[in-house]
Amino acid sequence: MLEVMPTMSQTLTVNAPLTAADGELLTVKLAREHRNKQLKAVALVAPLAIFLLLTFLVPIFMLLGRSVDNPEVVTHLPATSQLIASWDRRALPSEEVFQAMARDLTAAKEAKTVPEVAKRLNMDISGFRSLIQKTARKMPLELAAGETMRDRFIQMDERWGDPDHWHVIAKNAKSWTPYYLYSSLDLRETKAGTPELAPEEERAFISIFGRTLWISFWVTVFCLLLGYPLAYWLANLPARKSNLLMILVLLPFWTSVLVRVASWIVLLQREGLINSALMNLGIIGEPLQLAFNRVGVYIAMVHILLPFVILPAYSVMKSIPPTYMRAAISLGDHPFAAFWKIYFPQTVAGVAAGALLVFIMCIGYYITPALLGSPEEQMVSYYVAFYTNVTINWGMAAALGSLLLIATMTLYGLYSKLVGANKLSLG
Amino acid sequence: MLPTYASPIERIWFWSFRIFCVLILIFLVSPLLVIVPLSFSADTFLLYPIKSFSLRWYEEFFGNGIWLTSLKNSFIVAPAATLLATTLGTLAAVGLTSSDFPGKSVLMSVLISPMVVPVVIVGVGAYLFFAPLGLSNSYFALILVHTALGVPFVVITVSATLRGFNANLIRASASLGANPITTYRRIVLPLIAPGVISGALFAFATSFDEVVVTLFLAGPEQTTLPRQMFGGIKENISPAIAAAATVLILFSIALLLTLEWLRGRAEKTRTSVA
Repeated sequence: MLEVMPTMSQTLTVNAPLTAADGELLTVKLAREHRNKQLKAVALVAPLAIFLLLTFLVPIFMLLGRSVDNPEVVTHLPATSQLIASWDRRALPSEEVFQAMARDLTAAKEAKTVPEVAKRLNMDISGFRSLIQKTARKMPLELAAGETMRDRFIQMDERWGDPDHWHVIAKNAKSWTPYYLYSSLDLRETKAGTPELAPEEERAFISIFGRTLWISFWVTVFCLLLGYPLAYWLANLPARKSNLLMILVLLPFWTSVLVRVASWIVLLQREGLINSALMNLGIIGEPLQLAFNRVGVYIAMVHILLPFVILPAYSVMKSIPPTYMRAAISLGDHPFAAFWKIYFPQTVAGVAAGALLVFIMCIGYYITPALLGSPEEQMVSYYVAFYTNVTINWGMAAALGSLLLIATMTLYGLYSKLVGANKLSLG
Repeated sequence: MLPTYASPIERIWFWSFRIFCVLILIFLVSPLLVIVPLSFSADTFLLYPIKSFSLRWYEEFFGNGIWLTSLKNSFIVAPAATLLATTLGTLAAVGLTSSDFPGKSVLMSVLISPMVVPVVIVGVGAYLFFAPLGLSNSYFALILVHTALGVPFVVITVSATLRGFNANLIRASASLGANPITTYRRIVLPLIAPGVISGALFAFATSFDEVVVTLFLAGPEQTTLPRQMFGGIKENISPAIAAAATVLILFSIALLLTLEWLRGRAEKTRTSVA
C-alpha cells in the first residue's frame, strides 16, 4: 500500500489544479460555496431555535431548577444560616446561633416572611410551623440579667433544646436541597446525608409512577390489539373503500379531546346509553360502574390514542406489496403462517414506533384521567398540577415534573434512535 | 373478497375479522354520533332517550357571554399562534432540508420535542417563566406557548413535502434567469404549499384544542373554548356542552375536508410535475 500511494498521488498531481472561470482554485471555491449554504441553512433555522429556546426550553429549565431550589431559610434566616454551618451537629448549637436566630426572626417578623420559613421547615418535622410562628410572635426578646438566649428559647418551648430541630435548620441552610427529588421517589435524607426509603405509610409517589406506567402500558397494548387489525384491513381494501373508511379514523383524530371525553361520559355514566342498553336487553340488572374509574379511563384513552397506532401502521402496510403474501401462499404456506413469517416482520418496526409514541404520550396524560377517573386513576401529571395549583408547593411540582420529563425524554431518545426524528410523519 | 372455494373455517375467519374491524370503527365514531343529537334536546340532562327537541342550548351557547367570549378568545389565540408557528416552522424546515450542518439531527429532535414533552410540564414551566414578567394572564404569553406547541407539526409536514421536492426545478428556474426570490415565490412555494397549509391546520388544531397550558397561563379574561368546556365538564355537564361539542365537531369536519382536498391537490401537482 505504502509503495502504491506516492505513485497514485503523482498521477493525480500531474495535471494542473482545477480552477474556476475566474482563476480561483475550484476546491476552495466549492468549500466556500458549501459553507455559505450551511450558513444560510443555519440562518433559516435560527429564528425558530431562538423562539423555542425562550418560550419552551428556558421555562422547562426553570422548572428543573425549582426542583432543587431551597431559598426560604437562606434568605429569611441569613445570620443563622451562616453561623449554623460551623455547628458540630452533636450537642445544641452555640449561644451565638440562638442570638442570630432571635435577630433573624425579629427581622422576618417585620418583613412578614415568617410563614414561608415556617412552611418550609414544617416539611421536615411536622409541628415546626407552629414552633416558628409561636417564637416569632414573642420577638424581640428582652433578656434578664445573666440569662442566655439559649435558656430563654428552651424555656419558651423545649423543642428548641432538641438537636433534631436544629438539624433541620442546618440542613436547609443551603440554597439547594435534594429534599423534593428524594420525596418524589419516596426517599428521605438521613442525618448522614444519604437517602433511605421512607416508612411504608409515608410512601406515595413510587406507586403513582408505577400506576402511570401501568395504565400507559395497557393503553398501548389495547391500541395495538385494536389498531393493528384495523390498519391491516384498511390497507388491503380497494383504495376507494379504504379512503372512505379512513375518514372514520381521521374524524375522531381531528375532534377536540374534550368533545370526546364529554361523549364518553354521556355513554358510560350510570344512566348512560351503554348501561341503559344493556339493562333493556336484560343482560345486566344493575347499572355497571363504567365512568369515573379505571374502565372509563382505559376506554377514553384508547379511543384518543388509537389513531396514533392506526395511521403509522396503515402507511407501513400500504408499502408492502400484496404479492409477497400471495407468493408465500402459492408456495404452500398456510395463510396464517404466511402472515406471521412474511407480512408481520415487515410491519414490526413501523408499528413499534407508533406504539412507543403512544406510550410516550400516555405517561404525560392529564385531562382524560382528571375528567374520567377517580383519585385512583390520577397519574403523575395530575400531581404536578395539584402541587402547582392547590398546595402551591413548587418544589414538589417541579421535582415530580422533572422525573416525568426525564422518563419522557429517555423514551423519546429511544424513539429518535429507532425512527429518526426527521422521519416522523403525520398520517 | 373470498374466493368461492374458501373452506368454512376460512369463511368464519374472514367474516369474524371483518366484524371485529367494523366494531372498532364503530367504537371510533360512536362518541361523536352520540353527543350531536343531545345538543338538540330540551332536557337539562345529557340523557337518552330525548323526549323533546329544542334549540335552547344553542341559544345558551350563542347568547351566553361566557361561551361567546371563550369562542372569541379561541379565535384570537389560535390564528395568531398558527401564523407564527407556520412562519417560523416553514423557514426552519427549508433550512433543515437545504443543507447538512453539524448538530442537525440533535437540533431536529429539539425542534420536535414540544410534541412529546408532557403538556403539564410545559404549562407549569411557562407559568414560572411568564408570571415574574407580569405576563401570566395575557394573550401574548398564551399565543407564544401555543406557537411552541404547534411548531413541530409544521416542521414535520413541510420537511416531508420538501424531501419529495425535486431540486432540479430550482436549478432550471435559475438557469432560465429567475433570481432566488422569484424562484422561491413562483416555483418552491406553490409546490410546498400543501405541506405548509396542512402544517398550519395541525398547528391551528393544536392551539384550538389546548387546555392544559391555558389552565396555568390564562386568566378569566383569556378563557378559551376548550378551557370553558373543561370547567363545564368538571362542574356540571349540561347540554350546552353538547352544543359546544357539536360546533367543534363541525369545525373538525371542515378541517379534515380541507386537509383531504389539499392532499388530493398535492398528489395531482406532484404527478403533473413529474
